[in-house]
Amino acid sequence: MTLSAYLALSLILFCIGLYGALTKRNTVIVLICIELMLNAVNINFVAFAKYGPHPSVHGHVFALFAIAVAAAEAAVGLAALIAFYRNRKTVRVDEANSLKH
Amino acid sequence: MNLAWVVPLFPLCSFVLLLWFGRKWKQTSAYVGIAATLLSLLAAFGVLVSRLGGATYEANWTWMKIGDATLTVGVSVTALNAWMLVVVALVSWLVHIYSQGYMAGDERFSTFYAYLGLFTFAMLGLVLSPNLLQAYMFWELVGLGSFLLIGFYFYKEEAKAAAKKAFIMTRIGDVGFLIGVLLLFWQTKSFDYDDIFRAVGNGTLSPGMTTLTAILIFIGAIGKSGQFPLHTWLPDAMEGPTPVSALIHAATMVAAGVYLVAALFPLYEASAAAMMTVAVIGGGTAVFAATIGLVQTDIKRVLAYSTISQLGYMMLALGSGSYVAAIFHLTTHAFFKALLFLAAGSVIHAVHTQNIEEMGGLWRRLPWTAPLFLVGALSISGVPLFAGFFSKDEILAAAWTNGSVGLFWLAVAAALLTSFYMFRLFFLVFAGEARHRHDGAVHEAPMSMTAPMVVLGVLSVAAGYIQTPWFGSFLGEWLTDGAYHHEAAPGWIAVVAASVSLAGILLAWLMYGKRTVPRDWLSARAPYGYELLRRHYYMDDLYRSTVVALVSSISRLLGYVDRYLVEGLVQFVTGTVNAIAAAGSRGQNGQAQTYGLVAAAGLAMLVVIFALTGGDWL
Repeated sequence: MTLSAYLALSLILFCIGLYGALTKRNTVIVLICIELMLNAVNINFVAFAKYGPHPSVHGHVFALFAIAVAAAEAAVGLAALIAFYRNRKTVRVDEANSLKH
Repeated sequence: MNLAWVVPLFPLCSFVLLLWFGRKWKQTSAYVGIAATLLSLLAAFGVLVSRLGGATYEANWTWMKIGDATLTVGVSVTALNAWMLVVVALVSWLVHIYSQGYMAGDERFSTFYAYLGLFTFAMLGLVLSPNLLQAYMFWELVGLGSFLLIGFYFYKEEAKAAAKKAFIMTRIGDVGFLIGVLLLFWQTKSFDYDDIFRAVGNGTLSPGMTTLTAILIFIGAIGKSGQFPLHTWLPDAMEGPTPVSALIHAATMVAAGVYLVAALFPLYEASAAAMMTVAVIGGGTAVFAATIGLVQTDIKRVLAYSTISQLGYMMLALGSGSYVAAIFHLTTHAFFKALLFLAAGSVIHAVHTQNIEEMGGLWRRLPWTAPLFLVGALSISGVPLFAGFFSKDEILAAAWTNGSVGLFWLAVAAALLTSFYMFRLFFLVFAGEARHRHDGAVHEAPMSMTAPMVVLGVLSVAAGYIQTPWFGSFLGEWLTDGAYHHEAAPGWIAVVAASVSLAGILLAWLMYGKRTVPRDWLSARAPYGYELLRRHYYMDDLYRSTVVALVSSISRLLGYVDRYLVEGLVQFVTGTVNAIAAAGSRGQNGQAQTYGLVAAAGLAMLVVIFALTGGDWL
């Protein structure tokens, strides 16, 4: 297994995540897509930590740190989503526009 | 006399008060107006009395300084001004009283009195002005008062059109006046009458310039005094309430043109050409308007054409060099014409129509109005012993001694026509049998209407005796500070004047009273001539098809330019801005996903550029 294979996987994951985050109207799917992009980054961290020019444990540490932050983000995001759903009876991201007018 | 400036202030107070409180006071408004004009009248009498024993008074206050020119405002009490003050205040007061009866029950009763106050203020201010600039401002204010009062019944289309017509036509004259005033200021560096006369006297003002300015200012007088060719507004102005016709369009405002020429008389005297213009326009108008008056069927229009004709007389007198005769006729005309209009108003009040074909047999029904109308008619016709006889005689004598024989015979012809159409009117309205059943009983007007007419009736006789060949010429001597000498006019002129007026009355009696001459004598023999007179020489049609058509086609053209060119340009600019704004606001749609997409696209573009160029530019 070489570094470029990991990077390719990471790139594919990131692109799927980006595509989903920009095009899906369902907020839950948008949140999941953001997780996908974060995980693509984590794969990059770990891949460089193992196969990069200067392998070290820092990459692992950052990956774990990012997972913790992502968990917190998901919790806050879902909580906000539920509050939004209670108010507006919808989870469509393009209807979250009450600040616009 | 140094309190002369208060005279115009009373009507101004009345105007302001009635504008504020008129709606609350309703019918009481009349008393405010009457009281204010009475105070004015008393003050004017005071001024006249002190001027009788004193000298000319003038006071000026600096208004503003422009460059090295100082503009002043002030009051000036010359003999002419003091005399005009009394005439204007007196007629205005009587009309105020009369209107209380005539306008009773009108919804805008207090507004009517407010406008009357404004007009009286402006007219009194005009005759007190010591300089042309101030006179011009009051001149325009007078025009405004006239506009408001002609259009008083603004819900009637004709009244609206007449008000606009009066305003626009007098404006045409006023442009001439304004140019004349500015030329005088340019030449003499002053608006003051006295400075201008001094400049005329010592030759600062060249003869050509004197003639030019005199004629330009006379154009203003033509507009205001309804002289040919700017006369067509005056008959239409009869759409206004009748007391207004009496005050403004017979006695005072239309006389403002005569007053202006009289006030600037030394300027005119210096130019023979200007004098000739004034005399010819005046004499021509006198006959011209009188012929139209022969065939009109609206009682007020007959009187309106008669006013134009009489104003022509005054202009003829001025042009013939007799300042005194003009002012004398102005005074007597103010009284008898106001009387005739008020009597006409009383007739209209009684029978609710203005068409003389529908009247007749009113002599017994209106025991006050009818004799008073007769007095006015005798006076205007120039029957001996009535005021009009003396003033008309004075004018004829002036025309004769001035050497213009043609104008003299024109004036005699006008006198004949005047007595004919006045008595045609009288016989058609008052004599014979009623030709039409009127709704409700025909009854005499209330006291408030008959009393002013009685006063004017007395004046229509008495006013003549201030200047007669028998008892001396008090007015003439006073107006000219003793320099007046009665022209030794041939005695036969008075005989001619008296006989043509009696001939006119006799002819009218034969045609409309006794009917030995058939009424359609003229229309049967000269149908085209009759039609020409009935349609006022097609003057209105001529103006409509030339001036009005020209101006409206120009304005239509400019309208298209405005609508399509200017508006198109504006539309283009706003359209462009709107399109840009729409594009911008589509970007700012508030959707985080759109922003993300744009950011990602931008990033992708940067990456592509980076990849293609190899990153050398970083």
